[in-house]
This record gives sequence, structure tokens and C-alpha cells, in this order.
Amino acid sequence: MNFDFTEEQVMLRDSVARFVQDDYDFDTRRRIAGSDEAMSRDNWRIFAELGWLSIPFAEEHGGFGGNAVDTMVVMEQLGKGLVLEPYFATVVLFGGLLQRGGSAAQLEHYLPQIIGGECLGAFAYLERQSRYELADVKTTATRMDGGYRLDGEKVVVFNGASADQLIVSARTSGAQSDEGGISLFLVPADAPGVERLDYRLMDGQRVANIVFSGVELAADALVGELDKGYELMQALVLEANVALAAEAVGIMELLNAKTVEYTKTRKQFGVAIGSFQALQHRMVDTFMAYEQTKSLLYRAVCAMTDDNEDAVTAIHALKVMVDRAGKLVFGEAIQMHGGMGLTDELDIGHYAKRLMMINTTFGNGDYHQEKFNALRYQQ
Amino acid sequence: MDTSFAPEDLAFRDEVRAFFAEAYDAELQGRLASKDPKVFKQAVIDWQKRLHEKGWVAPNWPVEYGGTGWDATKQFIFESERAAAGVRDVVPFGLKMVGPVIYHFGNQQQKERFLPAILASDEWWCQGYSEPGSGSDLASLKTKAVRDGDDYVVTGAKIWTTYAQHADWIFCLVRTSSEGKKQEGISFLLIDMKSPGIKVNPIVSIDNHHSLNEVEFNDVRVPVANLIGEQDKGWTYAKALLAHERTTIAGVADSKRHLAMIRDYAASEVNGGKALLADPLFQTRMSDIEIELMALEFTELRVLASVAVGGAPGAESSMLKIKGTEVQQALQALEMEVAAYFQGVLPNELTPEQLGHGFGSKARQSFMYGRAATIYGGSNEVQKNIIAKAVLGL
Repeated sequence: MNFDFTEEQVMLRDSVARFVQDDYDFDTRRRIAGSDEAMSRDNWRIFAELGWLSIPFAEEHGGFGGNAVDTMVVMEQLGKGLVLEPYFATVVLFGGLLQRGGSAAQLEHYLPQIIGGECLGAFAYLERQSRYELADVKTTATRMDGGYRLDGEKVVVFNGASADQLIVSARTSGAQSDEGGISLFLVPADAPGVERLDYRLMDGQRVANIVFSGVELAADALVGELDKGYELMQALVLEANVALAAEAVGIMELLNAKTVEYTKTRKQFGVAIGSFQALQHRMVDTFMAYEQTKSLLYRAVCAMTDDNEDAVTAIHALKVMVDRAGKLVFGEAIQMHGGMGLTDELDIGHYAKRLMMINTTFGNGDYHQEKFNALRYQQ
Repeated sequence: MDTSFAPEDLAFRDEVRAFFAEAYDAELQGRLASKDPKVFKQAVIDWQKRLHEKGWVAPNWPVEYGGTGWDATKQFIFESERAAAGVRDVVPFGLKMVGPVIYHFGNQQQKERFLPAILASDEWWCQGYSEPGSGSDLASLKTKAVRDGDDYVVTGAKIWTTYAQHADWIFCLVRTSSEGKKQEGISFLLIDMKSPGIKVNPIVSIDNHHSLNEVEFNDVRVPVANLIGEQDKGWTYAKALLAHERTTIAGVADSKRHLAMIRDYAASEVNGGKALLADPLFQTRMSDIEIELMALEFTELRVLASVAVGGAPGAESSMLKIKGTEVQQALQALEMEVAAYFQGVLPNELTPEQLGHGFGSKARQSFMYGRAATIYGGSNEVQKNIIAKAVLGL
């Protein structure tokens, strides 16, 4: 029994941490957020050179062959820098789906491009009405000669504006909310009939609403089995939630540290406000909330790498705790920074906004609590 | 013990309701929603002038100064109807803050000079209390006013000054003496924002809006005639004002409306084929807040009733501030959950039609700026200190 990282994982962690510290300070991040693409392609090339884009992929395709621990290590450090480059969208979501369901030809074609930094990807799953239900899909893919015709709309697609390739969930049979009958398709973002409306979210990322009007797809655009896309998505989303939780843990650690530091230097009533017991106890609470979340993260990651049957329960529990602990941590961070915490100039509010988007991505705390309840208590 | 309304109160309620329905018209609401600061400012002024013409712009002022002279019940009805109709409250700095200070503690000349312009919304006020180094510990403020002939010369900086960019006047706490207790050397000054030496620096807040500012004073000359009451006694006047601010800060009526809106919103959101509002866990989240609000409404009424029979709003108003802002923030957080992914959408990025969802950016803005409520007006931590000391005797 140990919770140590391997030597390789320590190197990976230090490599991302060093980049964040040396090349991604808050002013740099602000400049990138304000740029046209809200990301830096130069940074993306650096990520490729440092091997970060290869982490979860099999060695036969040029990948690092990493597991959930490796992804966690990267995401935690990226969280600390509020890194805007689309690692989550391209590597975890787009790459993750291909890795799980892609055909040999798709893997051979796309994985080296992702690893080399030449292909940006996005996973278009959300629809206006669907909230957190992945099975609520109105977009249709209709059989036609030698392929499919795609019609419908996806919204709030992470990295949807910059992506070269999309994986789109579409209904190939069944009714609007059926789990069966959903299929996944690879769609080039510049295909005729694809129309993108891009905009920014509060956490600085650029997303898109994407309309598909009679987009013609070849038969080999299908990712995974026909009508079985839901299982693929479900498995991916479990992984994705763990990756997001790791990012959140990185953010919480940083918010807590910044808040403790601030209360040591901010003086009111002639003393540092950190000397007040009323505030000390609250900072102890946020510290414990962070530690508990980190523990659940480790529990979930261990269950995943052991292929343990508790993994699903642990991941639901983790997302509940990320929600509750995250809100406590950012709420206290803003409150204890007082008026300064309210300013756009300070980084505190930006970390809070990222935590809020993490909470709502692939199900908020309540959504996962209900899943947890159903697994644990249903008669 | 009786909280039912008398027939004349019911008639009054109908009159208020009818007035808001007519006077707060669509054209005005359109201008109030404008992103152009000049259009917004003029719309606010126009609205307050309509209230003034009706004689209702200052429900809490005594009749002799142009107020309504309403009793606690009528004030409660007016406030409830205003919020229920979605009518914006008046800008508080003139009508709710400095106005009462002037008619309580100002001299005759000051009353004649300032009160009519406040009532008519001809002059826009802002509040100069907090400083970069003085937040919760307000009495440690350092902005200096030094007497020089018939003027004070003011030097220093104020911060978190809401709407300073619109203001004609600022009321300030300034240090006139460093002798004795820190509360004892503070004076209350009215300063013309057009005075040479004043500089307003905008602060963008985490809702991506500009309402806050830093106001710098570099050797600003202020006539001694603009001193309220006695020199070095400003803290007493400010304390009276703070207690007043805290009774209105509970925002019960607005929270009731917000709750009703979230309820409708959650009824129209569907997750997995079921309305969000029908979800037992969501219902529990919502009822936790509603129960707290139901209690707070009566806590507020109890405080108002005691004020009506001569009790000054004291430490009880601290409780209204704490509980009121907690409820406001809980509602804002709940609305974000209803908005789900759309909570992240920034204003000005998409039209509601493009977004296909009306609530996202509104929820986000009120959630983000709402973080200020537990900080301003004396942080909730300071309010708890007040209750511990004044009520519990600790």
C-alpha cells in the first residue's frame, strides 16, 4: 500500500508545474484569454514537445501508455495555472473517445496527429434541452447511400470553435431519450453543412454552438458500434469527471494557499486578519475539505486503475464532493479577500469561475448524488 | 398579535400595485436594461422622478422633509409590491443614506440646499467610506481633512465606490484628528465630485461590469459649510446610517420574487424527462432556502414593528443583514444550478435567441456580483461581532 507517484509521474508533474510557474503567470493567462482563439497555439506545440498530449494513448500509436493516475497528475497542475489550452477537450474527451471506440484506421490516422499537436478535437454531446442526460439526443444521423446524413444542433461545445475534428453524438434509432440508438461520428469541422457560432464562457474558454445541416458522412465516420454510442460516452464521462476533479483539486489547493497567505498580510484592527480565530477555523474547514476531496480523488483513481467495481460509486461520490468542497473553498476565498476578491483584476474570482464550470460539466453535485443514491440505496 | 391587513391597507396595496403597473412601463424598462451607461443613468433618474411626482420616492422620510410619513405596515406593503412587480429599487446613496443623515444631523442651510435635489433625483450621490486599507475596520480610515481658512483640504483615497462615475456628490468619512480613540477623530463631509483634485478610477468586478471605483482626493478643497454636524463627531452619524442601511439590506421582498422566478425556471427545465422542480433533491435545496426566507420575513417584520414604536434598529439589524444576504446568495447559487451549462455564458456574447436560453448570463451576473453582499455594508463577520457583543454580552 502506498500513495507515491512513480518516478515518471513525478517528472511529469514537475514538468507541468514548471511550465505553469515559469510560462503561465496570471498576466500571461489573461492575455491568452483575451486573444482571438482564447488559447495559444505556441503553447500547444510546447505541450506536444513535452509529451503531454501523448499521456493516455497506447504506445503502439506513439503514446505514453499512461493511466488515470498520469492524467490526474497533469490535470491537477493545469488547474493551478487555469490553463486555457484545450487539453481536456482534445486529449481527454476527443482522444479518449477514439481510444475507447475508434477503429484501427481511425486510431492510426488521428492519434499520431493529436500527439503531435496537429489535430485539435472536440466532443459535441450537449443539446439545448439535454442538461446532464447524455441519452437525450435529438440530433439525427440518417442512413443514406454509403453513409449517413447528420442534422441537428449541439451547444456549449468545449473547444468547438478551434477544433479541426469533432465527435458528435447522434440518434440513429430509438426515441429522444433512449440509451440505445445513439451513435458517435467523426465530423471534420470544415465539412459542408457545419456552421459554428463561437463565444466565451466565464472561465475564459471559447466554446461553440454548432449546427449540422445535411452534413454528409462516409460509413467509416462511425466511432464504435452503431447504436451503441451511449455505453462509450458513459465510460468516457466517468474518466472525464475524474480528470475534472483533479483539476478542481489543484485549484482548491491554490485558492486555500492564496487565502491563508492573504490573511497573514492583510491587517485590520491593528493585526493580521489571519490571527482571528473565527477566520482560522474556517480556513481549517477549507483545508480539510480540500484534503477530503483529494482522498476521494485518489480512491476513485485507484478503483479505476484496479478496474474495481466500486469505481463508478467512487466517481459519483467524488463529483458530489468536488461540488460541495469547491463551493466552500471559493466562497471563503472570495469572502476573506473582501472587496479585492470581487475584482476582475485579482485571480481569485477566475479560479472560482473555473470551479463553477467544472461543477456543471457532466453533471453537478445533485445529479451525481442522485446517481450515488440509486446505486447504494435503491431497494 | 395580528399581522392581517386592515381594509385601508388593502386599498393602499391596490393603489401601489396599479401605480407600478402603469408607471414602470416597457419603454422605461427597455432603457433601464441598456448597456449604454448614459442611457441607463437617465432611465434611473426618469424612474425616480416619476416616483417623486407621485410623492413616493422617499417612503422612509418624515413628511416635513418630503417623505410619505407611512407607518411600518404601509412601508412593508410598498416594498413588497415593488419587488413583486420586478421594479428596481431607488439608488440608495442619496435617498436612503445621506438624505436621512442630512435631515437628522445637518443644519437648516444644508437641508434646504441638498434635500430637494435628492428627492427630485437632480443630484446623484455616492458613498465614500471604505479605503484600500480600511474595510471591516472602517474606523481606521486615513483620508485626511485639514482645516485651512473656510475650507478643509482633503487628501486620500476611497474604494468600492459604487456609481462614482455617475455621481455629482460624494459623502465621505474623513480623519480630522488623530487624537484619542480612532472613532473620535472622524468627520462627515459632503464633497462636490466636480472639485479639482478628484480622480475616479474604474474597477471591473468579477461579473465583468463596471460599477465600482476608486476615488482619489489630491488636495481637494471642501467648504467648511459642507461639514455635517460637529467636527470629529462623524462616526456617530455614520453609525446611525449603517444601522439604517442594514435594515434594508435584508432584501426579503426581492428574495421572494427571485425565489418565485427560480421556481418557474426550474419547472421549465427538464432533466431525463422530468421537470427539475419535480426532483426531490432539488425540492429540498429550494425549500431549505424558502423556509429560511419565510422566517426572515417575520424577523424583519418584528424589527420594523419595534422601530415603529420607537426602538432604534440596533444589533437586530445585523441579523437581518447576515440572514438576508445568506438567503440572497443561496438563491443566486441555486439559479446557477438551474442554468447548468448556460451559467457560464457571458453577457454580450450571444443574444438570448442565439443562446436559446434566457437565464444563463443573468444568473451568472447576479451570482458573481452577489458575492459582494456578505462583504459590503459591514462584512458579515463584523455583524457577528456586533451581535456577540451587543446582544449576547460576550
